Amino acid sequence: MKSNALADRPLEFDVDAVRRHFPVLARMVRGRPLAYLDNGASAQRPVAVIDAVDDYERHHHANIHRGVHTLSQEATALYEAARDRLTKFINARSRHEVIFVRGTTEAVNLVAQSYARPRLVPGDEILITHLEHHANIVPWQMVCEQTGATLVVAPIDSRGEVHEDAVTALMGPRTRLFACAHVSNALGTVLPVRRLIAAAKARGITTLIDGAQAVPHMHVDVQELGCDFYAFSGHKMFGPTGVGVLYGREQLLESMPPWQGGGDMILAVTFAKTTYNGLPYKFEAGTPNISGVVGLGAAVDFLLGLDRDAAERHETALLDHATAVLSKIPELRVVGTAADKASLVSFVVAGVHPHDLGTILDEDGIAIRTGHHCAMPVMDYFKLPATARASFAFYNTFEEIDRLAAGVERARKLFA
Amino acid sequence: MELIDLYRDVILDHNRRPRNFGALEPADASVEGFNPMCGDRLTVRLKMDHDKISDIRFEGQGCAISTASASLMTEAVKGRTRAEALELFDRVHELLTDDAAPPADELGKLAALSGVREYPARVKCASLCWHTLASALRSSNPQVLPPVTTE
Repeated sequence: MKSNALADRPLEFDVDAVRRHFPVLARMVRGRPLAYLDNGASAQRPVAVIDAVDDYERHHHANIHRGVHTLSQEATALYEAARDRLTKFINARSRHEVIFVRGTTEAVNLVAQSYARPRLVPGDEILITHLEHHANIVPWQMVCEQTGATLVVAPIDSRGEVHEDAVTALMGPRTRLFACAHVSNALGTVLPVRRLIAAAKARGITTLIDGAQAVPHMHVDVQELGCDFYAFSGHKMFGPTGVGVLYGREQLLESMPPWQGGGDMILAVTFAKTTYNGLPYKFEAGTPNISGVVGLGAAVDFLLGLDRDAAERHETALLDHATAVLSKIPELRVVGTAADKASLVSFVVAGVHPHDLGTILDEDGIAIRTGHHCAMPVMDYFKLPATARASFAFYNTFEEIDRLAAGVERARKLFA
Repeated sequence: MELIDLYRDVILDHNRRPRNFGALEPADASVEGFNPMCGDRLTVRLKMDHDKISDIRFEGQGCAISTASASLMTEAVKGRTRAEALELFDRVHELLTDDAAPPADELGKLAALSGVREYPARVKCASLCWHTLASALRSSNPQVLPPVTTE
């Protein structure tokens, strides 16, 4: 927290200093300095994360829990210390509520199979929105097939916004679960999750928030949000791939059967009966991604070491700048113009297919994503096969965005 | 490798003005091709005169590489026999994937696609139409073929 005296003064965010933490940002691509504008797909790692993983691999690796030898105890301490950091980071009530998983996708599948599947009966409904990532659609379709429940989809509007009343209108007596993104990966829309969660709660509907795109951009407090489940991935918040977190309210997690069986999730096994371990281990069968968790803990420390308010303001300035310079380009249309947006711009250029644009920009060292962004229903809504998406992190610069705009102009000329 | 080698004039021209583009009714074979990675979708329709491709048209949406490749393909295989077209498919496949392969003479304008092999992520864009055509030609009953995908 800043003191009021400081808050009155515009804080300058020192991008150059932040960039020095990220070695890859200094590399050249095709003879040009890399402009990494694909953070929505995966963010880069700071030295702190790289070093934490390296140190773990070099000095401390062993299997965690149960080992009586030094390395096992060190590895266990590092792994569990990371859980404590994550617990604080999202302000969970207890470390029992922080389950390490492979990523957001696994977290949603865990809830679908372990929470929803045993509870749903034919006629029950799961409510999602039209702008979800496939990871927040398909697991629910699967559980609907398994239980006879119905998937209900709340609409978006032409700006890519989700309106509270359009969602609540679909919350009926049979709605058992409401799942939505905190931030849309394809459009950047920030959803009014606090109000949506409150509306669901008032109707006794369980809530899951896909926070994969939110956690890198904003402070997330799960108690303040009031959701039952919150899922996010390590690699989008400057940590390693293959690790993520499922936050769940302890009472709900306690009521759920394990998701996978195996080692670590048990207290005692005989062929007659197995006694499951308590939280959070009940949901962490098998040897986990220990180095990934250690790296994720380091990513949390890195983020907490930043002035996140200033970082957020810088990202907003990047978004405003990108929207302004791209909108000046003739034949370019920004897709997703919600009033509240995270720092990404999805767009199409008449006469230039996004894939050609991606290749042409890469020639200039500029990395963007092109395609359907694992959100085909969003593309269908806008009647587009694909978009180009530039997604920013706090380490991006205005100059990189100007290079993006110049590259788009070059592509336009090539295909004119 | 320069961008200009990928987007050669022939490619840009066939993207801007795709040849044999549109519906073909009635067709003896109609096969849909889909590249789930990028959302490219196209339909290739054939009219056969015994063993010969007497007419071929395509429609759909895709990037410049995919559109130009399909356009060039229709020009190249029209009038050829099934076996000749499949032989050409193999040559194009080599051209797109094998660095050592010198462009064969019989490729003609199709040689313009050789720049694609420097861009591994784009090879599927160029080959989608060819896989779709091959599927139609190899089937004894192409009317009921499932869609082809690049995945």
